[in-house]
Amino acid sequence: MAKAAKQTKPKTPAKAAGSPDAEEWLTMYQQMARIRAFEDRVNLLYTSAKMPGLAHLYIGEEAIAVGVCSALNADDYITSTHRGHGHCIAKGAAVDLMFAELLGKAAGYCKGKGGSMHIADQDNGNLGANAIVGGSAGIAVGAGFSAQRRGSGQVAVCFFGEGALGQGLIYETMNLAQLWKLPVIFVCENNMYNEYTHFSETTAGQPIDRAHAFGIHTEELDGQDIRLVHETAVRVVERARRGEGPAFLLCHTYRYHGHHVGDINREYYRSKEEERDWVENRDPIALFADWLLAEKLTDRSVLDGIEAEAKDEVERGAQFALDAPYPDPSEVETNVYA
Amino acid sequence: MSTPEAGKNGARVLTFGEAIREALAEELRRDPTVFVMGEDVAEAGTAFKVLLGLVDEFGPDRVIDSPISEPGITGLGVGAAMTGMRPVIDIMFGDFITLTMDQMVNQAAKIHYMSGGKLKVPMVLRTTMGATRRSAAQHSQSLHAWFSHVPGLKVVVPSTPYDAKGLLKTAIRDDNPVAFFEDKMMYQLKGEVPEEEYTIPFGVADIKRSGSDITIVATSSMVQVSLAAAEKLAEIGIEAEVVDPRTTFPLDKETIIESAKKTSRAIVVDEGYERYGVTAEIASVIADGAFYYLDAPVKRMGAMDVPIPFSPALEDLTVPTADTVMETAKALCGRV
Ligand SMILES: Cc1ncc(C[n+]2csc(CCOP(=O)(O)OP(=O)(O)O)c2C)c(N)n1
Repeated sequence: MAKAAKQTKPKTPAKAAGSPDAEEWLTMYQQMARIRAFEDRVNLLYTSAKMPGLAHLYIGEEAIAVGVCSALNADDYITSTHRGHGHCIAKGAAVDLMFAELLGKAAGYCKGKGGSMHIADQDNGNLGANAIVGGSAGIAVGAGFSAQRRGSGQVAVCFFGEGALGQGLIYETMNLAQLWKLPVIFVCENNMYNEYTHFSETTAGQPIDRAHAFGIHTEELDGQDIRLVHETAVRVVERARRGEGPAFLLCHTYRYHGHHVGDINREYYRSKEEERDWVENRDPIALFADWLLAEKLTDRSVLDGIEAEAKDEVERGAQFALDAPYPDPSEVETNVYA
Repeated sequence: MSTPEAGKNGARVLTFGEAIREALAEELRRDPTVFVMGEDVAEAGTAFKVLLGLVDEFGPDRVIDSPISEPGITGLGVGAAMTGMRPVIDIMFGDFITLTMDQMVNQAAKIHYMSGGKLKVPMVLRTTMGATRRSAAQHSQSLHAWFSHVPGLKVVVPSTPYDAKGLLKTAIRDDNPVAFFEDKMMYQLKGEVPEEEYTIPFGVADIKRSGSDITIVATSSMVQVSLAAAEKLAEIGIEAEVVDPRTTFPLDKETIIESAKKTSRAIVVDEGYERYGVTAEIASVIADGAFYYLDAPVKRMGAMDVPIPFSPALEDLTVPTADTVMETAKALCGRV
């Protein structure tokens, strides 16, 4: 079984407000490297026709999932999107069981019934990826409500893309969350494109103002800077745990690949120069490595080792999934009702 | 766009997707009140690339990219339709019609009636249906029965490029809200589509294949599945008649009943859920209208009553195939 993410145990007090130490930063680096390696392998599986369906890669956005999820306890909740592999790994999922799900195999997290867009990993607080844009906002707010009523001290994080700002549900649930001071963190990953359309062509005004309108604690930040994402997440999660209510984080980021793997010719909606600029100058993993090295918190060989280990783990996970059997036909009719 | 091929009779051949695009282009050209709105319909030409190029001819004021706001654009369509325009609202996946339900069911469907006939809502909601694309539970459903249930709405389920084009043109010209379902697995299906202008009236079934031994009433891609089954059945001496209602409402009961009377046996095949679905409705029409002529109970075949699973090993079991239709027909004809 793949090594699970190093997360604080359930029910421990919230992370100390102090900055993470070198080991904690390296754990985050490892998580980012695992996501990148996983997604590279997904790309390969897909392009070699081994993976059915659609694959929406998270490459380029790793700092957000890892920065936020490493501010959470294992029993905190997240809800995720069609671009959800990164959230899933960052919240502690094992890559072999994820690959099995992506290939529709019985060993997958959802017995192959969910697939890439629907992985749920309840043991790690992942209430599921969602293929309805904005569709998980109600679930996240419901989880936050339940945590508040049960007095469990848990928080719920709702990840969504800026495209979901078009969905009315987002506003109904933000209103509920603020009205009742629910422990919910809305994390808007603004990678600038709703599929093939720039968000400025679909979004009136400033996205940040929409959360402001409800009086929600709101922060706008560089989603490529894991330190910033993490430290911000720690702060707003603590607030939420103290009963001070929800927060909205608008994180600026970029997806390196197409909307999905088949989206190859992208020049009609974004330029090669723009893509190159983000990849070369704003890569969250490279920026993080630069900082770790500049601060002498580690050296290159350690980072190389982490990356090699991540690739290794991912390769083993992919092989496991490729060799794994499909579900028995009788499975088609199970689990319709609990 | 590729140069059209010629069919057997020299008629032009288009894909299902091209037929849809051509219908829209002709109606946009003919009537300045027609517009198309949806997510990524302009430069991207929709997620399925079906509308590619339309924006080049008609511009972004008539082929309009929208935010990801299904209830919003559907509601906008209702209001625009009530005030003199003929909107064609594009809802990418049929699964997302759930988001449009209030606008379609409580607003669009009832406005003409509630206003005592004073207001009308001539809009079209185009969307998709169909499984086996490995798109999992939220992108694979065939929910046309939902709209078929609601008085005030009309529902179109074309099965060929020819029908798709003629029915879409009729839909746009109709003075009522029309839901138009395209099976996404059929976009590449080819068929003859004449160059000259034509429309196809609603509520007129088409006999896609004549036969004397058994009636197969089928909709959308299930027509293609049933035609393939009919070929297999012919090899063992069973002649199936394939009847395509083309619209689930209005429904051409007469043609369906006459066919069942003629063959004395009937199967209804539709990709929606069997439970409370289109197949149930049509089976009851046959039972009512042809009871004394039937040699066997009417059989229904639809999607299994489960959320559509992702795994190919499971998904393929959930919908009727040429083989399962053939086996069912054989059994119904007393041949095992
Ligand atoms: C309700 C709904 N409408 C449309 C879609 C089709 N769709 C899938 S992803 C997507 C774009 C989403 O953009 P965004 O929320 O910014 O997320 P990103 O893909 O950029 O991560 C669209 C329109 C959908 N899945 N759900």
